Amino acid sequence: MSDFKTARDFGRFKIIEITRAAKAAHLASALSCYDMIYYLYNHYMKINAIDDPKRDRFILSKGHAAAALYVSMYQASLLSAEELNSFGSIGSILEEHPSPKLNGIETASGSLGHGLAVAVGMALANKNKNIKNNNIVLMGDGEQNEGSVWEAALFASANSLDNLTGIIDYNKWQATDRSNEVLALNPLSSKWESFGWQSLEINGHDLNAFRDALNFKATGKPKIIVSHTIKGKGISFMEDDNNWHYRLPNEEEMLVIARELNQ
Amino acid sequence: MRNAFAKEVTELAKDNTKIVLLAGDIGNRLFDRFKEQSPQRFYNCGIAEAAMTGIAAGMATAGYTPITYTITPFNTLRCLEQIKLDICYPNLPVTIVGTGAGLSYAGLGATHHSLDDIGVMRTLPNLQILVPGDAIEVSACLRAAVESGRPTYIRLGKKGEPIIHDKDFTYKIGRVIPIKSGARHLIISVGNMLGESMVAVEKAKDKYGLDTEIVSMGSVYPLDKKFLKNAFNKFERILIVEEHGFVGGAGSAVLEYAYEEKLDTKKLTSIACAKSFLSGVGSQENARRKLGLDSDSILAKLTI
Ligand SMILES: [Mg+2]
Repeated sequence: MSDFKTARDFGRFKIIEITRAAKAAHLASALSCYDMIYYLYNHYMKINAIDDPKRDRFILSKGHAAAALYVSMYQASLLSAEELNSFGSIGSILEEHPSPKLNGIETASGSLGHGLAVAVGMALANKNKNIKNNNIVLMGDGEQNEGSVWEAALFASANSLDNLTGIIDYNKWQATDRSNEVLALNPLSSKWESFGWQSLEINGHDLNAFRDALNFKATGKPKIIVSHTIKGKGISFMEDDNNWHYRLPNEEEMLVIARELNQ
Repeated sequence: MRNAFAKEVTELAKDNTKIVLLAGDIGNRLFDRFKEQSPQRFYNCGIAEAAMTGIAAGMATAGYTPITYTITPFNTLRCLEQIKLDICYPNLPVTIVGTGAGLSYAGLGATHHSLDDIGVMRTLPNLQILVPGDAIEVSACLRAAVESGRPTYIRLGKKGEPIIHDKDFTYKIGRVIPIKSGARHLIISVGNMLGESMVAVEKAKDKYGLDTEIVSMGSVYPLDKKFLKNAFNKFERILIVEEHGFVGGAGSAVLEYAYEEKLDTKKLTSIACAKSFLSGVGSQENARRKLGLDSDSILAKLTI
């Protein structure tokens, strides 16, 4: 695990830096799923070229965590430092929600409940073309509120899309409340099972567990990885504090952050 | 029109293996030939239009040319944001086909009426809007949409509309489709109103000796601006006839253009439906009479 630590500390710090510079929201949401996106782009997905038809595909359906996506893409050399640092600034294509106009972004996300259906379409197309790639989509737990998620889920299992992997960033929060109190989300894993998916439950910050889940072959059905995560992961005073859905750290807090992340 | 669509899409898919047809649990037996011919390229997506639209977008990013098909209100307003963000924003080659537009399903009640789809779809960037007037135009529009490789909405009537054209033709998106030339008066017929408009033109000739020009609009976006500009110079009266609400419809689109170009908007008459939830209108024929969309009402507007 130690080989991930340096990269992750750096990535978390970078997320905070660019989010702060852009005065953007959703810092805690980005930190909650960053570990998994980092792993996907830097240790798992095969992307020889961003327009290679055989590439692995990833959709960040919870588009508000864009900072985590951009930092991961930067670490994988899919974005330059200059591009990354332009996040949220005037004229930049790195917007607070991923734009399809940015090379390497597979679809527009930001309005929740869209990503899964688009990923299903990609998986179906690639299956028909006999392209053996991974089609991966990461959703929020709050996003599970959207009915379109469940429409797409039913289609995916009806069509046996075993080249499709869904990931749920299950951080137990949505914008203004606990996700299990807003709507009846629990039991999330068995909901997906009952929709015909292979469900795996892991700690979303344990990248060995994440790797094993990604490698698990669910034959004849799509796979969902229900990842238990912590909003604001990695910063002692942000963890599981939903104020950081919108808040940004001040100068003093930045000093603590730099110390905690060894930057 | 829907049979013409089924026939043409089957024909196109024979050679063009990029075409996939996604249907929203509709068209019982309609696509049997397609399914037989291209079983791997037909999907019944169930009664789940939002997912169907997103899936079409995903397939388009992977090199396919998807066509989605279901009843007009469900394939437009029901999944509007998916059309906007998943298809139009990335500018993907997906064709959205709404069947039973306007008052085709008059008797089924307001849930199945579609008098707002053009208005709503017209607000979306990148989306071409095609309104074929008969079965021949359906085939021509579908070929043009697929060929264009751009997001396109095709608005179909139902079945059994009168066939106006005597032969197949190649349609160029953004052009009106000439039907019959004439002087002084012009009717721009929108989509499934073509048969009714033709009857009005014939009655005008028989009863009043009027030589009325008529075109099928073909495309609401992009507009045939060149044709329209000439028409405002050439004709005394221009009637736009559509089975759609006044607000935002094809008549609105022409009015906006005429206003922008400072053309004489007094020449323009829009024949369309008032904004209301209709009930108890019975058949399409009866609904048209009640709403002033039948040939006699068009004739009356033409000869005021
Ligand atoms: Mg959450």
